[in-house]
Amino acid sequence: MEWETVIGLEVHVQLATNSKLFSGSSIEFGAEPNTQASIYDLALPGTLPVLNKEALKMAVKFGLAVDAEIGMKSVFDRKNYFYPDLPKGYQTSQLDFPTVGKGSLDVTLQDGSIKTIGITRAHMEEDAGKSLHEDFHGETGIDLNRAGTPLLEIVSEPEIRSAGEAVAYLKKLHSLILYLGISDGDMSKGNMRCDANVSVRPKGETEFGTRAEIKNINSFKFVEKAINIEVERQIDLLEDGGRVVQETRLYDSEKNETRSMRSKEVANDYRYFPEPDLLPIIIDQAYIEEIRTTLPELPDAKRQRFIDQYKLSEYDALVLANDLTTASYFEDVVAVCGNAKLSANWVSVDLQAYLNEAEIPISESPVTPELLGGLINKITDNTISSKIAKTVFEAMLAGEGDAEKIIKTKGLKQVTDSGAIEAMVEAVIANNPEQVEQYRSGKEKVFGFFVGQIMKDSKGKANPAQVNQILKDKLSN
Amino acid sequence: MFKLGIADISRSLAAGEFSSEEITTAYLARIKEKDKELNSYITLCEEQALAQAKAADTNRANGDAHLLTGVPIAHKDIFCTAGIKTSCGSRMLDNFIAPYNATVVENFNQAGVITLGKTNMDEFAMGSSNETSYYGPVHNPWNKELVPGGSSGGSAAAVAAHLCPAATATDTGGSIRQPAAFCGLTGLKPTYGRASRWGMIAFASSLDQAGTLTRSAEDAALMLNVMAGHDPKDSTSIDIATEDYTANLNKPLQGLKIGIPVQHFAEGLDAEVEQNIRNALSEFEKLGATLKEISLPNSHQSVSAYYVIAPAEASANLSRYDGVRYGYRCEDPKDLEDLYKRTRSEGFGTEVKRRIMVGTYALSAGYYDAYYLKAQKIRRLIKNDFDNAFAEVDVIMGPTSPHTAFKIGSQTNDPVTMYLEDIYTIAVNLAGLPGISVPAGLVNNLPVGLQIIGNSFSESHLLNIAHQFQQATDWHTQTPEI
Repeated sequence: MEWETVIGLEVHVQLATNSKLFSGSSIEFGAEPNTQASIYDLALPGTLPVLNKEALKMAVKFGLAVDAEIGMKSVFDRKNYFYPDLPKGYQTSQLDFPTVGKGSLDVTLQDGSIKTIGITRAHMEEDAGKSLHEDFHGETGIDLNRAGTPLLEIVSEPEIRSAGEAVAYLKKLHSLILYLGISDGDMSKGNMRCDANVSVRPKGETEFGTRAEIKNINSFKFVEKAINIEVERQIDLLEDGGRVVQETRLYDSEKNETRSMRSKEVANDYRYFPEPDLLPIIIDQAYIEEIRTTLPELPDAKRQRFIDQYKLSEYDALVLANDLTTASYFEDVVAVCGNAKLSANWVSVDLQAYLNEAEIPISESPVTPELLGGLINKITDNTISSKIAKTVFEAMLAGEGDAEKIIKTKGLKQVTDSGAIEAMVEAVIANNPEQVEQYRSGKEKVFGFFVGQIMKDSKGKANPAQVNQILKDKLSN
Repeated sequence: MFKLGIADISRSLAAGEFSSEEITTAYLARIKEKDKELNSYITLCEEQALAQAKAADTNRANGDAHLLTGVPIAHKDIFCTAGIKTSCGSRMLDNFIAPYNATVVENFNQAGVITLGKTNMDEFAMGSSNETSYYGPVHNPWNKELVPGGSSGGSAAAVAAHLCPAATATDTGGSIRQPAAFCGLTGLKPTYGRASRWGMIAFASSLDQAGTLTRSAEDAALMLNVMAGHDPKDSTSIDIATEDYTANLNKPLQGLKIGIPVQHFAEGLDAEVEQNIRNALSEFEKLGATLKEISLPNSHQSVSAYYVIAPAEASANLSRYDGVRYGYRCEDPKDLEDLYKRTRSEGFGTEVKRRIMVGTYALSAGYYDAYYLKAQKIRRLIKNDFDNAFAEVDVIMGPTSPHTAFKIGSQTNDPVTMYLEDIYTIAVNLAGLPGISVPAGLVNNLPVGLQIIGNSFSESHLLNIAHQFQQATDWHTQTPEI
């Protein structure tokens, strides 16, 4: 039987505010346990929440970026459950009146096509603390630094049909939140976390199958793996005549498997009710419009502009516009050299290859946009060939200075004196009569051999276009 | 000296008739002597009070004094006090010392007011008789076999027995007004949000309101001048400018339109209490007011709605008492579930547990709409009743309680009868309105309270009306023999 996969994603994004959602405590990562927990975060008696207005702004900003309905009235609710790292015994979240309502996100799939994925809602809520089970000799330590950290939970419609689509959606979301500056999106620190609701159904069926919720997926790579392994599990189960149980499953990246999180099936009743310590948040159109004016150019708009303004290909534009820092880097290079096509190639191919290899972000690239732009200038003014440019680039990465200096100290300047090139060509022709004979008898492939020899003799510095021209002339004589 | 209210003490301190240290010392001695029989204090703040008094005297000598600087009062043990135990009447918080002051306490400290001690109360303010306290029942100074009312029973008994001239209190369903009625005091519950809830331990967040228990309306006005105000730390405190609540005390009542709700004079009201209330109303007519019968058609629903909303909020508010971070923790828990179960079973008393159960049930899936949502709708209807009434009349008057103080132990086995204690007061909390109870007679030498209900933010008017009544009558000056 042919199966169709149905996926909905719940993504928790940690908002990049200075302080917590309802208290003034810092949310900086990596502090000593419990040094960032105020009396409210500790849920001492009589303490009360005060909404962080920056978090609200960020939530609205996100809503505008995904073209969502913004809740003119949003309400916080208490979600009740007991857990040692949940100090109040309830999580303050938003149930019926989230700040961000229905919206959508355009996602570019692997084949280059664009799919619109619905966003059901995005609501603000506070994070819990951490339970630490190691180093406490059988007891549990509680760190409340994270308790109360503002999160935006972004819920997608179940419109994602494969693990690949899920990754594409997540990457787009990631790109967007970085563009908006509302989160650092660092998945390794848990600043962007993903739960996936996965089900399968026979192709053509309109009813959804029973879903499992997979938690603890903390990288793009694992999202793909976790979904694929879960889909495989569900199909195997169904084809063997079994049925899928609605449950929460944990992804284990080491074993590459999902497993049931709870031994017994306890239906949690969170007893949501409106948080009486906070008034409903009422915002007006003017507030929304003010935030709209702070929206930066978003990835889709930037991509289109790259195509229109720089005549880039769809693909180059997508690659460059996807990440805000890369896009800015690219535009800085163009500003120096004026050649968009070469800038795009150098940034998305050579530089990117190095960054991937070295595992550093573009913001920490040893080659600045000024250096790279200077290098491209040396190509376009024929000081060096593209091939020599790679050598110069290597030297730049090693910190040997700008293009000018490297070319000078290494003597890499291109030979464009046609007299000198003619001499080299004549020498090669004289030294290889056999190949000359072959070429003249119609074996044109040998042409490459001559070019290679000349480039070798010139240590790559002979201007390739001139070499080709002069060689052709001399051989045809 | 002990007969003086805070207005009088303030004048005497200013006139140099006695110092703050003298009156504070005298009160502390009196409390130690007399409170054994009443149990109105949980904690006495002797050392701190004397230090505060000395500082107050110095400041007064330097001309750096607020009107109430040096005046001693007591705080209900629901208000957090930095460095001093704040128990909320519960075993759960018997070992809890807050590292911060409630805003209300802070305001009094800033004004140079002395804290004599922390008063007894029903556990987590859940009760109408002060019998649910972990620290034992409080006795009514008018008759020690009787309850002082609750939940602010300790504050009421202490003021009535002259163990302090005034006290802070809180009112969620009648917890200031009913004890005021039972103990012959002036009890003011301001508009919801008028005073900050920061540091005031939550029972039912949407109903809880800080207020005062005093011997006169003038004293209540002086207290409210210190307490009231917007607090950025409490999102539900209201950002409307406060006023000098003493400013209108002496306005004549000529032309005042008083609404008399038929529902507050119906079956269940003690005949002698009713007679005293009718007499008080006649007194208002003499002062130039007119009476008009009105209806609050949904008032019979108020107790039911309250006993869904308040426990629902309480069930979540009390979840933080889990033995993990502070407060009571059971001995040797064998695992997490055991820690939760035993800590909460042992740390909370019966009434608190009953309300947590009721509230948890009311919020459960499948029952939420039938209970919690329905109760919220009733709450809206009750508010509408008052809005309609205030279109016709200026204030509403009636009995605070259907009867005078009852015997300790007489109602403890019947929670529903106990819940009906607050039948005239609860609707005021549901509607968020201000209310005041003033002494309006004695039945068998036990005080009767008259409740005056005003529209939102009409505290100044309510205090004016109460003060004028107290100028014309002397019920508020009657005191028990202690």
